[in-house]
Amino acid sequence: MSFAQMLNIWPHSPALSLIIALLGAVFLLYLARTPMHKAIFSISRVTHNGFRIMARSVVFAEKKVVERNREVLLTAGKRAAEQSIEREFHRVDAAVRRDMSGYPGLQRVLADQIAHIDEDYRESTQLPVPPPDWVKAVETLAKLPSKGDKWVANILGEIHKTAVAQYKNAMEEYHNACSKRHSLLDKMMPYWRKLTQTLDQVDKRIIGLHERTKVVDSRMTEYEEIQKKTDTAADMLRASSITQFFIAGFVLLVAIGGAVINFNLIALPMSEMVGGGSYIGQFKTSNIAALVIILVELAMGLYLMESLRITHLFPIIGQMDDKMRTRMIWATFAILLILAGVESALAFMRDRIAADMQALRQALSSAETAQPTTSWIPTVGQMVLGFILPFALAFVAIPLESFVHSSRTLVGVAMAAFLRAIAFALRLLGNIAYYLGEFFVNIYDVLIFPALWVENLIGNKEHQTEIKNMTDINDIVVKEEGSQ
Amino acid sequence: MKKLLTFSLAFILLFLSGCVDTTSHSQGVYMLIDSSGTYQQEVKKAQAIINYLLGTLQPGDSLAVARIDSASFSEKDIISKMTFDNRPSVTNRQKRLFKQKIDEFVATVKGSSYTDITGGIVQAVEYLNETGSGKKHVLIFSDLKEELVKGHIRDFPIQLSGCRVVALNVTKLRSDNVDPREYYKRVEAWQARVESGGGSWRALNDLERLDAILAD
Repeated sequence: MSFAQMLNIWPHSPALSLIIALLGAVFLLYLARTPMHKAIFSISRVTHNGFRIMARSVVFAEKKVVERNREVLLTAGKRAAEQSIEREFHRVDAAVRRDMSGYPGLQRVLADQIAHIDEDYRESTQLPVPPPDWVKAVETLAKLPSKGDKWVANILGEIHKTAVAQYKNAMEEYHNACSKRHSLLDKMMPYWRKLTQTLDQVDKRIIGLHERTKVVDSRMTEYEEIQKKTDTAADMLRASSITQFFIAGFVLLVAIGGAVINFNLIALPMSEMVGGGSYIGQFKTSNIAALVIILVELAMGLYLMESLRITHLFPIIGQMDDKMRTRMIWATFAILLILAGVESALAFMRDRIAADMQALRQALSSAETAQPTTSWIPTVGQMVLGFILPFALAFVAIPLESFVHSSRTLVGVAMAAFLRAIAFALRLLGNIAYYLGEFFVNIYDVLIFPALWVENLIGNKEHQTEIKNMTDINDIVVKEEGSQ
Repeated sequence: MKKLLTFSLAFILLFLSGCVDTTSHSQGVYMLIDSSGTYQQEVKKAQAIINYLLGTLQPGDSLAVARIDSASFSEKDIISKMTFDNRPSVTNRQKRLFKQKIDEFVATVKGSSYTDITGGIVQAVEYLNETGSGKKHVLIFSDLKEELVKGHIRDFPIQLSGCRVVALNVTKLRSDNVDPREYYKRVEAWQARVESGGGSWRALNDLERLDAILAD
């Protein structure tokens, strides 16, 4: 019996047969409604819970990453702040040593100047000798009336003359004394000026020290913030680290540009040394040799900066004793110098080869052979560039260190963001699974709506309550998860 | 200590030998110039192509130029051949010398009565295989009309595996103008012969696009 024959319940009436078959199917689906709902809810809940657990694990991992980032950031910030404070203290110490070492001399100068001023002042305070008291008595006598006596008049006249002469002498002495006093005061002026200048110097030094202490204060405040592990400190360090990352990245890009120029400068002449037709893999040996020279220069630059303790990428170099470090400085510098010389020579050779090639091309193209340029400027320019670039590349170590350190923070931040996005996606998928369960339950109910209509008429509430309970449980789970 | 040193040296040598690329990156070019009666006047164009090749080929590459005459399977027909030195400065000197020889040939070229293209190709393959070049190019500067001396046997398959054959400046003959199918038949016959020998075929008549000669 075929499937079509099975469906043909009412012979010669396919429509009636179809209706009967549909009613039968609805009835069967209605009977299976509760277990089907349970099955759909179970699947959706299992899927939802699975995603939820995964999301929680990812959130946990993200928290760990964030904590680790924070620790790394604060530790690095603390070390940097310590170094900065130490450096400021060294500066203050140096300033104090410098100023205080000169202070006894300064004090002596001040004392001398004050002594000079004091002496001059004392001398200037000596008053001129007043006219003697007997002059007043003689003057009184001289003014007495002579009453017609010629001898008395003569005597009185003489006395008057003497008194006048004495007065003149006294006044002259007084004027002389005043003039001497003024000249002494005048001599004091340069000493006053010197004193003012010396005091200004002291003032400047004191102000400089005061400003240094202000910087130390601000560094100490930062350090305390970091020590307390506050959010402000972490945010500040993160922002600073990201800024450092971009600045160091930009400088590294510039350095890469320099390295490319350097490569082009020495790749052609290297083919004269190692052969233009040999290959290593897919790459010309001359190109690889040029690249190796540039990389060796970079490595030497790194070692030089490490030995000078400007960067701290290789602790083993920083921990060497001073004698060994000095040897290392000289060795790396010597190698850099030799490589710079080699590059300069290669640049010269490049110029010659390029000129020869140009001449050959002109000869081959049958064009009028142009007068070869005899200017030495391009040759010298290339040679100077070849000599300078290795030393310029040596300084790449500084931005490289900043880039490495700051990229730790940035990678951590990116990792945390990535994990957060994954957690969000997992939660979203879990919720979609949950609501898909509800959706399929509703679709199921739509398919058997005639039976449900009849059930409503009869008033069978038992099944509805069961389904509602299942939905409520799911809702609670979803809300709990949402609150987390 | 000695054992350690020997082991380290052996390891380094092994490592370096693993790095060395055994495939050849050099190019070998063999150019055949048809100097038969009607085609002799085209030799000036061939000179321009050789100059282009001299400007393009790199140190380590090989170049040979030979004429196609009555019996071309012979070293005597090679006008100039050279494997360029690895040093660019020496290569430049070699190229100048090569150019000088070609200039002399162009100035003194004489037409031949017959055109033995097959013999020239066989000679080219032999030379290119000897150079050990990674890429082998056979350039045929001819109208592809083969005329053999009576008694010369050339109707055998040619081994051209790994060779790229480029027909340059395949001019139309007077008879081609009467029946153009002859021209196409001639070109197709050569193509079939080259491809059946394991080589690849290309025809290039526009000499303004010389960069297509050595293109992959």
